[in-house]
Formats: sequence, structure tokens, C-alpha cells
Amino acid sequence: MKHIIKAALLIGVLTLSACTNADRFGDGNTVDLNANGGFPGGSDVNQSSLDPSQNPASPQFFSQTIGDRVLFAVDTSTLTAQGRATLDGQAGWLATNSDYLAVIEGHADEQGTREYNLALGARRANAVREYLISKGLPSSRIRTVSYGKERPLAVCSAETCYSQNRRAVTIISIGQNS
Amino acid sequence: MMTKFMTFLAAIMIAFANVGPAQAQEPLRLTLRDGVIEALPFALPAFQAEVAGSEQMAADISRVIAEDLNGTGLFRQIPSSAFISSPAGFGSPIAFADWRAVNAQALVVGAVAVNGGQVTVKFRLYDVFSGAEMGEGLQFAGTTDGWRRMAHKVADVVYSRITGESGYFDSRVVYIAESGPKDDRAKRVAIMDYDGANVQYLTDSSTIVLAPRFSPNGDRILYTSYESGFPRINILDVATVARQQLGTAEGEMAFSPRFSRDGRQVIYSLANGGNTDIYRTDLATGQNTRLTNTPAIETAPSFSPDGNQIVFESDRSGSQQLYIMPANGGEPQRISFGNGRYGTPVWSPRGDLIAFTKQQSGRFHIGVMRTDGTEERLLTSSFLDEGPTWAPNGRVIMFGRETQGADGTTSLYSVDITGRNLRRVTTPQGGSDPSWGPLQR
Repeated sequence: MKHIIKAALLIGVLTLSACTNADRFGDGNTVDLNANGGFPGGSDVNQSSLDPSQNPASPQFFSQTIGDRVLFAVDTSTLTAQGRATLDGQAGWLATNSDYLAVIEGHADEQGTREYNLALGARRANAVREYLISKGLPSSRIRTVSYGKERPLAVCSAETCYSQNRRAVTIISIGQNS
Repeated sequence: MMTKFMTFLAAIMIAFANVGPAQAQEPLRLTLRDGVIEALPFALPAFQAEVAGSEQMAADISRVIAEDLNGTGLFRQIPSSAFISSPAGFGSPIAFADWRAVNAQALVVGAVAVNGGQVTVKFRLYDVFSGAEMGEGLQFAGTTDGWRRMAHKVADVVYSRITGESGYFDSRVVYIAESGPKDDRAKRVAIMDYDGANVQYLTDSSTIVLAPRFSPNGDRILYTSYESGFPRINILDVATVARQQLGTAEGEMAFSPRFSRDGRQVIYSLANGGNTDIYRTDLATGQNTRLTNTPAIETAPSFSPDGNQIVFESDRSGSQQLYIMPANGGEPQRISFGNGRYGTPVWSPRGDLIAFTKQQSGRFHIGVMRTDGTEERLLTSSFLDEGPTWAPNGRVIMFGRETQGADGTTSLYSVDITGRNLRRVTTPQGGSDPSWGPLQR
């Protein structure tokens, strides 16, 4: 019975945080003990997987808690103060988790010709790469790729979308350090 | 005579010296140059089926010839309901008075014969007012599956004999077929007839492909592919669909390729360390030459027809502008000075004009200017027009247009270099990045 109460307390905490981060908790992992007969007259006890983004060594922590992307002003590749703060976090994480390699994807909004946007995306990706290298990461762990305007994140033709699309996203994967 | 047509063309005038019988010895001629616009009326009675069972083919070929000519905006087909008489048969005497009465200025008569898998098309072109044949009657023969090409060839001859310039109907266009939502667009390299017929796909949609470019003789296609995870340039053989990658070092991104006029070299952009410059690769030796060397973005190179110069875009001045440099690199001359940003320059096959994309005040335009930057003229305006390509005769420009908004779609359009006759080119899916190939032999 002691175990069940403990579990119930834990679930209570998780449920609370689930309210504020609804999309971070998958319903698919929930086990409803009442479905197996449950506890007559007792309280409900559910089991859930721990959120990987709470694990500092996880890629989810990198992408969600630290932040995997920085945004840019129109037709620029200059890092903003907010962008540099995000990249400081990325640099620290990559320094700790040295098994990971990074590919920086540079993107542009649709206001521009295809070729120019490819070149602009290359500039943005490189600005991130240079910053991470300046924070002590070996250049061999960081590659860049530009998608220009080919892969917008938001599809409307307005600044609310354009501002999300002018981005550089750090994609991490476990790999051999070359 | 040709030099007259090579002069700068701002609009089109239809000049007829032979408006009456008194001047009947003057040849029928549609002169393409500055001036008034009036389409030349022509009659094209349905081609005669010379062999039983050829009726449908004769009707189809007649229809495509008329569509080619009407599609230029320079010619206007007189409806058959207005005809007073029809030719009794191919080779029968022409009742010119009947054609003058319906104001036809040119008359095309022809016949089609289908024998097994073979089709033969023959035709004659007449100047109605002088009552004389223009040029000799011609015959094209081939397999039935190539019937559209035969129709295009007839139309090319008619166009050429009346305007004095080569046609562009028997040509193909390579482009990017687009489908799916804006944030996950599937793209394939596709090839089609100039009018959007006979679309064939040359790549699948497993990776992003961009901006295919025909070789000058149409045997190969350059395009940018992400199949390696990074943008790389592929060379695709049109006949075999075999492809090979242009050598690119690790960490570099290659895009915006274009062939030299002899098809032996490729000029393109290489992004390295965030900086994009223009390079040239000799396909036989694999030797690479760097042609620009600045911290600015240099991209979208295009050779002049004589191969001596390259026009490209650069933001070295602070914004995208057009520059011309010697083919081996060297100090470029800026040629665009108007308001707005200029990109994707393409040298015309005649050598006199440069087509470009212009971005100004939130709108995109396709425009042309002389090679010294003068006489800039915007031909189109929309939310997003880009990527012009020239018809083989330098008269028409095709480009891609994307509509605004979350459900924006892409399609191909063509426009006359006078800015007239804007037309959508119908393709089975969306389309972008067209590259117009040569007139076929």
C-alpha cells in the first residue's frame, strides 16, 4: 500500500506538469490500473514514462529545454542576444555530451529568390557554427547545410510566419568524431 | 534582313506592305519590333485525312498547329464557321478571293496520312493577298507517338516564314514538378514539351531537387539535389536518365549550376564557411577554377552566348544587384541600378538582353534589361515571380509563379519580352524553375 501511495504522489506531480506542458507527455504511455480490476474503494493509480526532456543527457533536453534553434532578422545572419544565449546552452550541452555531432540547418523565409536564400541560409548556419566553435567546440563536430526557403516551418505569407522560418536549427546525432 | 530583327525589341508591330492587290508583289511579313499590336489573322482549315482512319490524327495535328500560332499572341486563327469555302483537297487550286473575303492574311493547308505506326504530315503556306505560296510545301514523317512534334514543326515553319525568325514550338522545357503542402513540398525534375504536354519525371520525390538547367544541345540536365544530405550538383543524361555528381569537397554546398554554351563547362555557386562564390568546373578534366572571391553572396551565374562573359548576382554593394565579369573572372561591372533587389540573371540567346527577377516593395517581377543595364522593363508583377528562362529564339520568357498564403501553389507562366501575352503553362502538378531547351532537330 505504501508503494501505491508513493506512485500516486508521483503521478500527481507529473499530471500537474502535464497541465503546463501538454504536448510533452504522451497519452500512449499511460497505464490505467483500473482497467485490470483496480483497487476497490481505493484511489486511481496511473503509470507514465518519465519525460525524456527532463533528462539533461537526452536529445529532447537539448532540443526542448535548451532550444535547438535561433532566429534572425530579415536578410541578416547576425546572432541576436537571445540567439547567443541559446547557443551558449547548446555549446555547454555539446561539450558535456561529446558523443554527439551537430548539423546546423540554415533557413530563410520565402521573401527572396531561391539561390540567394540558399546562400543566406548558408550564412546563417555558418554564423551558428562559428559561434559554437568560439565556445570551444571542435570544428570537426559541426557541419552546416542550407535549405534556403525550401523547408518553411510556418506556412503563412506574413511576418508571424516569416520570423519563425528565418532560423538556424541545430540537429544532433550520435556519431563518430572525425 | 536579320540584323533588323536583332535590334532591340520593345513591342510588336505587324507591318503589312501588301494590304491590297495593287501591292500584291510585296511578301507577307510580320515584323517584330516596336509599335502597335494587332494579331495577324490566319486560316487553317482542318488538315485533310489522306488515308481512311487518319481523321482523328489530322484533327489533332491541325489543332496543335493552331494552338502554337494562337499562343504566341502574334497570330489569330479565323474560326472555320466564317469560311466561305474549304480547299477541295491538298494540292487543289486555292480560291484566294474566298480567303480575302474573310480577311485571312495567311492560309495553311495540309494533309495527314497514318499508315500503321507511321504518320506523314504535309502542308503549304500561302500569302492570301498576293495569292502566292510562301516557301515550298514541306512534309514531315515519323512515328505516330511523335505526332505533336510534327505539328510543332509545321507551326515553327509557318512562324519562321512569316516573321523571318526561328520558331520555338518544337522544344522542351525541364522544370521542377511540385506537389504537397508548402512545408513538405515534394519536388521532382520533370521534362515536358514547351506547351506542357508529354510530361515525364526524371527523378523521384525522395529528396529535394532544385533548378534544373538544360545543356545547350538538350542532351544533359544539371540540377541541385539533397540526396547526400547536402546540396550537390548532379548531371543527368536525358536519354538514359543516368546521373553523376559534380565533385564537391566535404563541408561545401554546391548549387545554381549552368552549362557553358559548348556544354563542356559548368559554372555554379559554392558555399564554404558561410560564404558563397562562383566557380567553374571543366567536365573533361575536373579542374575547378574560382571566379569570384569576396565575402559577399555571389550566385546565379549565366554565360553570354559568345561565352566571353558571365552575368551573376552579388550583394557586395549591400543588396542583391547584377554584375557582368569576364568568363575567366576578373573585375565585374555592375549593371543594375534601379530601386529594389535584382537576382537570377539569364543572358538571352540573342545576346542583347538579360532577363532577371526583381524584388521591390514586397512584389516580385520578371524583367529584361540591355546588357549595359539600360532600358529596364518589368514584364510581370505578382506576389512571387522568379527564375526566368529564354525561349530558343529569345522572344518569350518562361518563369515560375507562387501564390500567396498557407495554401500557396506554384505554376509555370510564359510572357512575351514585350510584356504581352502572359499565359499559364498547364502542367499536371505545380511547377517552378523552368529551363527552356533548344529547338529540336
